[in-house]
Formats: sequence, C-alpha cells, structure tokens
Amino acid sequence: MDQPRVDMQNISKSFGGIHALKEVSLKVKAGEIHALVGENGAGKSTLMKILSGAYQKDSGVIKINGQTASIPSPHAGRKLGIGTIYQEFALAPDLTVAENIFLDHLGSLKGFIHRKKLYAKASELINRLGFDIQPQRLVGQLSIAYQQVVEICKALSQNAEILILDEPTAVLSPTEAEKLFITLKKLQSQGVAIIYISHRLEEIFQIADTISILKDGQITGQVCPDEVTTDQIIQRMIGRQITSLFPERKNKVGDKILSINRLTSEKKIEDISFDLHAGEILGFAGLVGSGRTETARAIFGADRIDQGTIHYQGKPIHIKSPTDALKAGIGLIPEDRKHQGAILPLPIEKNISLPSLWRNYQTAGLINQSKETKDTIDYIQKLKIKTSGPKERVENLSGGNQQKVVLAKWLGGHCSVLIFDEPTRGVDVGAKAEIYQLIQELAQQGLGIIIISSEMIELIGLCNRAIVMREGRIQGELQQKELSEENIMKLAIMKQTA
Amino acid sequence: MTKLKSTLNILLQYNTLIIFCLLLIISSMISDSFLTQRNIFNLLRQHADIGIISMGMLLVILTGGIDLSVGSMVAFTSVLTAYFVKNGIPLGFTTLSGSIPAAIIMTIFLGMLLGSVSGFLIANRRIAPFIATLAMMSIVSGFAFMVSKGYPIELDESATALQNFGSGYLLGVPYPVWLLFIVFFMILITLRYTVFGRIVIAIGSNETAVRLSGIRVGIYTFLVYTILGGLTALAGIVTTARTNIGTYSRGIGLELDVIAAVVLGGASLSGGKGTAVNTLLGVLILAMVGNIMIHMNIPIQTQKVIKGGIIILAVLLQGLQSKISEKQ
Repeated sequence: MDQPRVDMQNISKSFGGIHALKEVSLKVKAGEIHALVGENGAGKSTLMKILSGAYQKDSGVIKINGQTASIPSPHAGRKLGIGTIYQEFALAPDLTVAENIFLDHLGSLKGFIHRKKLYAKASELINRLGFDIQPQRLVGQLSIAYQQVVEICKALSQNAEILILDEPTAVLSPTEAEKLFITLKKLQSQGVAIIYISHRLEEIFQIADTISILKDGQITGQVCPDEVTTDQIIQRMIGRQITSLFPERKNKVGDKILSINRLTSEKKIEDISFDLHAGEILGFAGLVGSGRTETARAIFGADRIDQGTIHYQGKPIHIKSPTDALKAGIGLIPEDRKHQGAILPLPIEKNISLPSLWRNYQTAGLINQSKETKDTIDYIQKLKIKTSGPKERVENLSGGNQQKVVLAKWLGGHCSVLIFDEPTRGVDVGAKAEIYQLIQELAQQGLGIIIISSEMIELIGLCNRAIVMREGRIQGELQQKELSEENIMKLAIMKQTA
Repeated sequence: MTKLKSTLNILLQYNTLIIFCLLLIISSMISDSFLTQRNIFNLLRQHADIGIISMGMLLVILTGGIDLSVGSMVAFTSVLTAYFVKNGIPLGFTTLSGSIPAAIIMTIFLGMLLGSVSGFLIANRRIAPFIATLAMMSIVSGFAFMVSKGYPIELDESATALQNFGSGYLLGVPYPVWLLFIVFFMILITLRYTVFGRIVIAIGSNETAVRLSGIRVGIYTFLVYTILGGLTALAGIVTTARTNIGTYSRGIGLELDVIAAVVLGGASLSGGKGTAVNTLLGVLILAMVGNIMIHMNIPIQTQKVIKGGIIILAVLLQGLQSKISEKQ
C-alpha cells in the first residue's frame, strides 16, 4: 500500500492553442485529504476533469493504484472508483434519496426496483457518514447540505475510493460546512483518497494533509499546512501584487440614476432596496444562491417582479421583459456566457450587433452589413479581442475573448446602466485586467455599473461600494474603505443579529 | 491525413449539392427524356407546392420549431379555393361571388390566420410546437371535411383563369414554377439580408441569448408560423389550379415530404442551421428520387421505404459532418 492511489504524471492539456495545464504532476495517497488551490482559470478544474474522465489529456500518464489507467469517459472514471462532487449537483429532485443514490445501478436489481432493499442499502450508506436522512424522502425537499450528502453517498455507492470535491463549501453555511468536514475526516479514516478544491484557505488549513498550488496551469508548490502561512500560499497562487490587476479609480460618483425600492421576485429575493448613481461601480457580494443573480434578472425583466418599484432618473419605470429594460437603458451581461450571453455558432459581428440591429444597423428592415463589419473591427481593436476577424465564429474564441464579445454587445451607446454578472468567470488573468479597465472606463463615462461577483478581490479592487446579500435579502452595505474579505464574509455567512 | 480530413469535410459540407449532382447524373443516365425541358418543368410544376411550403417550413425549423399541420392546411386551402371560386365568399350579410382574386386573397388570409393560431399557442401559450401543430393538423383536416362535406369540389369553366395559371406558361416556364422561384428568392433575401431573418436564425441558435439581448422572441416565433400558414395556403391554391379539384384528401402525409426536404437540405431540427438554397436543393432531390423510382417502375410501397432510408442517410451525414468539424 505504499504506492499512491492517484498518480498523475506530467499531465498537459491545451484548448485551442492555450495551455491550460503544463506538465502537472499530482500524487494522492489513500486516506489523504489533498487540497488543490489556485486562482480561477489556474487549471484546477481542468486537472480534475481529466482525472474524472470528463476531459482527455494531451499527454502524460495517470496511474490508479499503481496501474496505468486510461479514462476515456466519466463512466470509465466511476468504474475506476473515482467519484466527483461538483458545485452543481447532478441529482434528480423528483426522485427519492435512495433512488438518487443508486440511480446508475438500479438495473442491477434485475430490472425491478426492490424498494425495501434499496432503502436499507441507502440508510446504511448515509449512516456510515454519520447522517440521518430518510431514504424515501424526495431530494428536492432536502436542504443543499443534505443534497450534498446524497451526492457523496452516490459516489460511495459506486465504491469510490477517490473522491473529488469541487468547492463543496461554496453553497454551505458554516455549521453545514463543519458537518462536511467531519464527514470527510470519517471517509479519510476509511481509506478514501480525497482531492479537495477550495478558495477558502482557512478551511484548507483546517482539514488538508497536503496542499498543492496551481498557477497558470503549473504546480508552483506542494506544502504541508503546518509548514506555511496563508500569505505564502497566496503569493504562490498569484505570484504578483494584487493591486496591479485593477485600474486606478478615476470614476466620479454622480447623481442617482436607478432606484430600486422593496423589490420582491418569484420567492427568490425579498425586499431589495438600493440606489445606483451615475459613474458609480456598485458591487454585489454573497454566496452562490444568495439572490444576487436573481436581483439582476428581476431588474432586467428576465424574471417576474412581484412587488416593488424601479425608478430611473426619478421616474417610475415598468419592466416586464428584457426589451423594456433595454428601452429604459439597462443592459445585463449574464453570468452564463455560453448559454445566455453569446450565440456560439454565429460570427463575432452577428453577436455584437444583435441587441442594436433595429436601432443602428438597418434601413427598411435590411441589415447594413458593411457598417456591422466596420463597427465590429473597431470593437475588436478597442477591446483587444484575439481573433482572425469579425467573421470568426464565437465558439472558436477563448473564454476571455468570448466574454469581450458579449461585453461589446452592450457598448453601442444605448445603455446608461450596465449589470455585469460574474464578468470574469473562466477568464484568464490578462483578459481579466482588460475587462476591469473597460469597466472603469465605462464608469468614467458616467454609466452606472453593477458588478455581481463571487471573487471578493474583484469587488474590493473595483467597487465604490458593495451590497452583501444572503438568502435572498440585503444583509448589509460596505463603503469603499470598509471593503475587505473579512467584512464581506461576515455579512455573507452570518445571520443578522438585530 | 489532414488533407484527407479536410477533403472529407468539404465533401460533407456540400453534401446536399453533391447528392443533387449525383442524382442529376443518375437520372439522365436512366432516362434519355429526363433532361428534356418538358420533363424538368413538369417535375418542378408537380413539386412547386412542396417547394413553396418548404421555404416557410425552413423559417419555422430555423427557430427550432416544427409544423405538422401543413398537410391538412393544403387540404383545407385547396377546398377553400375551389369553394370560394365556385360558390363565392360568404361574408355574412352577402356573398361575394365570381372573383378569383378575392378567393385567392381570402384563402391566403385564412391560411395566415390558422398559422397565427399555431404561432400564438407556441409563442404565447408556450405549447410545444410538435403538440400545438399536431392538434392543428387534426382541427384543420376536420375543417376541410366540413366545408367540402366529404366531396371533391371541381372547378368549372368560370375558373379558367385559375386553371390556366395551373397549366400555363410564362416565357416558357410554368406559372407555379415562377411562383416557387419568387418565394425562394424572397426567403433567400430575408435570411441573408434582413433583420427579421437574422433574428430568426439567432433564435434557433440560442433563444435565451436572443431574449436577453432585449429582443421579443415571441413576436418572431409567432410570425414564422403565420408566414408558413400563408405560404401553405398559396401552395393549396396552386394545387387546386393544377388539378382542377379541391378535396379534403389532398396533402395527406405532405408534411413529411416538406420536413424531409428541409432536412435533406442540411437544416437542423434543433434550429439555427439551414439555407434557402439548400432547402430548394432538398426539394429537387426528393423530386428526382421520386422521378427515378417511377421510371424504374418501383412499387409505391417500396418507394416509401427508399424515401425514408434517404432521410436517415441525410441526417447521419449531417451528424458526421458536425462531429468532424468539432474535432478540428
């Protein structure tokens, strides 16, 4: 049992010419909790997707229990005992806990589902983790933390000996997170090898045996938690001064431009009130699912507004659809670039012109295609989009360049309020700085900017003010000088003690 | 290796055109009379209705939708044309009789109206296109039976102008073929140069992104079904003019031919992919296959089997193409 359970050697992977991983090696022993840290886009997820079989490596060797393994698909990965818990759970909400746990091998019960046996087996697994969840309950009725337990049980039911957790605590409250750590310790004592990805260094220091640090697709260090400090890890993660990433704040906060009063929408957000000023960059912080995106969608008319009013430059406006919002001068850059922002199979120019086709690019319904191409070339130069030209399809671009195309859609001069939802998710550091610069410039032009971000550094570096949300409500507001990770987290995870 | 791959990719990319050319060669080898002007124009005339509807269906399929009611719609509009020409247009207080243009306009109007019902159900009530138009297929076919009372309505001598349109020529080309070309060019221009066409394609590629770009997707969805309804009525009128008869049994199974033609033309049923030129080629491929099989005296049942096989083959080719271009 001396050999590592997972032994990844010199793994490389590139996407369209961009190196996501360069000769990365990682060893994880049985009964070890191995933390993987790094910035967004450092390659953590790519590495884990290669291990679980979701991606294929370009070169390198993977050994599982000393045997060279090929993992052509997630199915093959599961067969090798590799279980992955993603941030987004892969559960069927209308099935029971037991059915979800055994979803992949319900058929092993000879085509029929033997409920009693199923429930008994599920209970056994759940108890093994020290929880008490009734196996006949519907998964959709469970809390997020319990759903995560079901996910872990699901992986264990397939005899997982290697468990990958991708930001498991992002969706959990502190008490729930504590429970998860106890679970992981238990699994560790049972000999499971655990790979743990997280941004929260405190918890990594709490539970990890080893920490591997990734930066720009390379391992920059492998340390034991008791040998290093948080600052040393951050330095290896970032490798540069944080401040250089953000432009100087030259924007001037002007008059009130947008006023939201007691907004309630689809039971996801309640009683949201705030003001936005011209030239201001206002951040929205909070955990995943705290209602930030829902607030943005309600203001933009993508979700129904049940209660509350919106005033634009002092006048009440009624927004029932994105079309109304756009008419009022409010634009939204959605968080899910691939599904909501860009139309991947269409060329860059057709993406950029889409919101302003009727306004700027037509006469009598015919498209002015030369103007479209000309303007697109301008945007490509201005935003430094790396591409062969305006006719290139968006799907061929890298994440950062795709995001720039989506941003360009809203720069036609018709918006005075822009809402950015996770503007740099999956974007490399270089493009990030450029996007920050662009946002700063827009604010200098007098636009009111709202930024929703899970990266606190981003909010601290960019915003004049930030609102912190929790469970669909506004939990507090921080002025520029009060902005710190500590203050944000305090508001984001703690119940208000009134 | 890469050279082979890119050649293969080009072949697959132009598979509609290549299949079309192959069939053209096969057809002219099988029969000396195939490439005569007369045969070609006859073939085109016979398929003008399918061609016209396919152009409308292309718009619907580009948005990611489908319309199963076009067969019934041809039946109903062919009955309506014959009925209006023969008995006049009942307007409640009076009957407008003897006017062929009025009959044509009224039929197209009703076609658009029925198409807009589908469009409303799909765009506004959010019923799946398959279900909404399946229901409309049944409803409209019932209407056709009710208006005709189950009997074919024959055009009489008062309708010679319409009959001439069905069988006559302008500058050596049959009128219905002119009509097909006009519709084809209109759809071609719509898709290539108009804001409407651009948005239709964008909706099929990523409806959410289009909606979040501030575009009212529903209006466009509604419009494509309305346009298809109008074009289907036009096809119904052409069929009546060509055959002198309006009957409820016309157009049974025609929706399959139309969808097959669009798919043969490389359009994707999930939307966003397809062109007017390729759709026209799809119609012609279908026409030539039918023509070859008739020449070879293949029984009608076997013809159906072969037609189905060709559709499967076309879709498989498409899948292969997208797989290869993905890998590059």
